[in-house]
Amino acid sequence: MTVSLRALMGATALLALSGAAMAETTITVATVNNGDMIRMQGLMDDFYAKNPDIKVEWVTLEENVLRQNVTTDIATGGGQYDVLTIGTYEVPIWGKQGWLVSLNDLPAEYDVDDLLPAIRGGLTVDGNLMASPFYGESSMVMYRTDLMEAAGLTMPDAPTWADIETAAKAMTNTETGVYGVCLRGKAGWGENMAFLTAMSNSFGARWFDEAWMPQFDQPEWKATLDFYLNLMNNYGPPGASNNGFNENLTLFQQGKCGMWIDATVAASFVTGKDSTVADKVGFALAPDNGLGKRGNWLWAWSLAIPASSQKQDAAKAFINWATNKDYLALVASKEGWANVPPGTRSSLYANEEYAKVPFAKMTLDSINSADPNAPTVKPVPYVGVQFVAIPEFQGLGTTVGEIFSAALAGQKTADEALAEAQTAVTDEMKASGYIQ
Amino acid sequence: MARASSPRRMILTTLAAWGVALLIFFPVLWMILTSFKTEASAVANPPELLSASWTLENYAEVWARSDYPRFFWNSVVISIGSTLLGLAVAIPAAWAMAFVPGKRTKDLLMWMLSTKMMPAVAVMIPIYLLFQRLGLFDTKTGLILALMLMNLPIITWMLYTYFKEIPGEILEAARMDGAGLRSEILYVLTPMALPGIASTLLLNVILAWNEAFWTITLTTTKAAPLSAFIASFSAPQGLFYAKLSAASTMAIAPILILGWFSQKQLVRGLTFGAVK
Repeated sequence: MTVSLRALMGATALLALSGAAMAETTITVATVNNGDMIRMQGLMDDFYAKNPDIKVEWVTLEENVLRQNVTTDIATGGGQYDVLTIGTYEVPIWGKQGWLVSLNDLPAEYDVDDLLPAIRGGLTVDGNLMASPFYGESSMVMYRTDLMEAAGLTMPDAPTWADIETAAKAMTNTETGVYGVCLRGKAGWGENMAFLTAMSNSFGARWFDEAWMPQFDQPEWKATLDFYLNLMNNYGPPGASNNGFNENLTLFQQGKCGMWIDATVAASFVTGKDSTVADKVGFALAPDNGLGKRGNWLWAWSLAIPASSQKQDAAKAFINWATNKDYLALVASKEGWANVPPGTRSSLYANEEYAKVPFAKMTLDSINSADPNAPTVKPVPYVGVQFVAIPEFQGLGTTVGEIFSAALAGQKTADEALAEAQTAVTDEMKASGYIQ
Repeated sequence: MARASSPRRMILTTLAAWGVALLIFFPVLWMILTSFKTEASAVANPPELLSASWTLENYAEVWARSDYPRFFWNSVVISIGSTLLGLAVAIPAAWAMAFVPGKRTKDLLMWMLSTKMMPAVAVMIPIYLLFQRLGLFDTKTGLILALMLMNLPIITWMLYTYFKEIPGEILEAARMDGAGLRSEILYVLTPMALPGIASTLLLNVILAWNEAFWTITLTTTKAAPLSAFIASFSAPQGLFYAKLSAASTMAIAPILILGWFSQKQLVRGLTFGAVK
C-alpha cells in the first residue's frame, strides 16, 4: 500500500469520526438532588440506546441555588441550560413570562391525557403544557398505629382537625417523651408556610381576595393560627419553631411523634430501614374541617425547556424519555415498583403491581384532593395550593413564616402575629402595584 | 526584654490558647464527625457523640454520585491559576506603589480596597452577560480571570505592606550596580519579600478555593469546582447533614492539609514586618 493511499484512508477515517462527533448534540440538564433524579442518572444507558445522537450533561444543585442560577440564565436569555427541573411554583410565573417552551407537540406515545388532572392543571398556562411532571407529591397524615391502638382510638381514612386534636391529646406522654403531633415550625415559604397555607385552605382562609387584598385580618386565618398554636403548644415537641421536614422526620423515626403531617414522599422514609417504628405506621388523608377542602398541598418536580435553549428538539426527546410511561416501566424493571417516581400518571395507579405498594392509594387520593386552580373555599386570583404563584411570594412567604414561627416560639400572640402579617403583606402588595 | 513567667501563668496561657483554638476549630471538627454519622444520628437532639451510629456510607454515596476528581481538578487549576496570575499583576503594581509612590497612590489603594466592599450580587447580571458574550462562561479561563480580579486588591495590598518594609536603599544600590527594572524586581525584591509573597500566595489560594458565589454562578458542567460539588448535596426535602458534611469534608480536606503543612510559612508571612 502506498503512503499516499494510507494517508487518504486515514483522512477518510478521521472525517467519518469527526462527522459522527459533529452529529452528536449535547444538552445540559439542570436538576435538584433527590433520589428519583439520581436514579434517572443511573438509567441513562437506556436513553443513549434510543437516542445515540444526544449526550446529556448534568448540573445538580441545591434547590435555592438552582432557582437562582436558572432564573439568571432564563431572564438574560443565556441559553446555558436546555432542560430545567422546576417546581409547580415557577411554572405558572415563567410560563406567563414566555420563558418556557410549550410541550404540546410531544409525540403521541407521551400520552398527555394520562397525566393526573391536578398535576397537569398546575403545569398548564393558557391551555399549554409548559412542563412535564417527573414526580408529584402531596401531604398526608402519618401516624403510629400502636399508640392509637393503646389509646383505644381509630384513625379515619379522611380525618377532621378535631380527630387530629383528639388523637394528639391521647398519644401525648411527656414522661416517655412521646408528643402527639409534629408539624413544621421552621420559618420559610417552603417550610412552615407550605404547611400553614395548605392547612388554612381547609379552614376556608386565603392569602388574597379577588382584588389582591391580603386576608390575614379575616376570622378564617385567626381560626387556623389559633388551632395550630394550641395544638403545637399542648401536644407538640419542645422547640417546634425550629423543626422543619428533616427534624420532624428524625423525631418520628425515633418514635417521638404520634402523628406527623407532611409530604407523601416521607412515607418511604418512616417505613424504611432508618426508622425504629417502620412496622407501626398508618396513613390517612390530610385533615379537613368539613368545608370541602383538605389541608394537603400539591407539588411536582417537572422538566421544562427554557425558550433560550438552542437545542429544543433534543431537549424534547429527553423529556419525552424521562417522563413517559416507558420510563416508569424501566424503573420498575430495574429497581422495583416501590421506586417508581410517583404522582404523575393515572396508568401507574391502574397498574396492579403498583397498587401493592403501601401508601400508593393514599398518595393518589391526596393528590386528587388538591386543586391548584381553586385551592380554598372562596375564590382566589392566584394559582397554587401551598403557595401563591406570583414572583413576590418567596419574600412574602418567608416574612409571614418568620412572624408565625415567632408566635409558635411564644414571642407573640396569634392576634399580634396576624396583625403584623397583614401589615407586612399589605405594604409589599402596595409597593408591587397589586393594590393602591 | 523577656518577661519571667511563672509555671501557673504558663499553664493558664496554654489552656486559654487551646480553648480559643478548639473554639475556632470546633465547627470543622463537628462537620468531620457528622460526616461519619448516620443521617438520624446527625440531626439527633440532644446531639450524639459517644452514642452515635458511625458509618462510612456517606462517603461511599457521595463518591458514587459525583465526579469528585473532575471537581477537584477544576478547583486546583482555578485557585492556583488565579493566584499566580494575580501575583504576576500585583508584584509590579505593589512595587510601584511602595517605591515610586505618586500623589494619588494612597487614594488608588483605598479605591482598590473599596471594590471589595461592593456586594457581588450587585454586579452579577453585567458579569454574567459579559461572560456569555465573550465565551468565558463555564470555562476555567473565565473563572481564573474572575477570581484574579476579585482577589487582586487583597494581593496588591498585602504585597504593598510587605514591600514597604524593605529599605528602598537596597533597591537603589542594585540599580547603581546596573540592575534593570526586571532584574531589580526578580532578583533583589522578590527573594527579600519571599515570606510575604509565599503567605500572599497561600492565602489567595485558600480564598479562591473557598469562593462559592462566582464559581457556582458562572459555571454549569465543565469548569465547576468543589463549591458546586458541595451545593449539589442538599436535597429538596431538606439538608441531609451527614452526606452534606461528607461532601464538605472532601471539599475542604485538600486545602486543610495544605494549610497544615504550610502553617509556619503562613504565620511567618503574616507577621512579616510586625516587629522591627
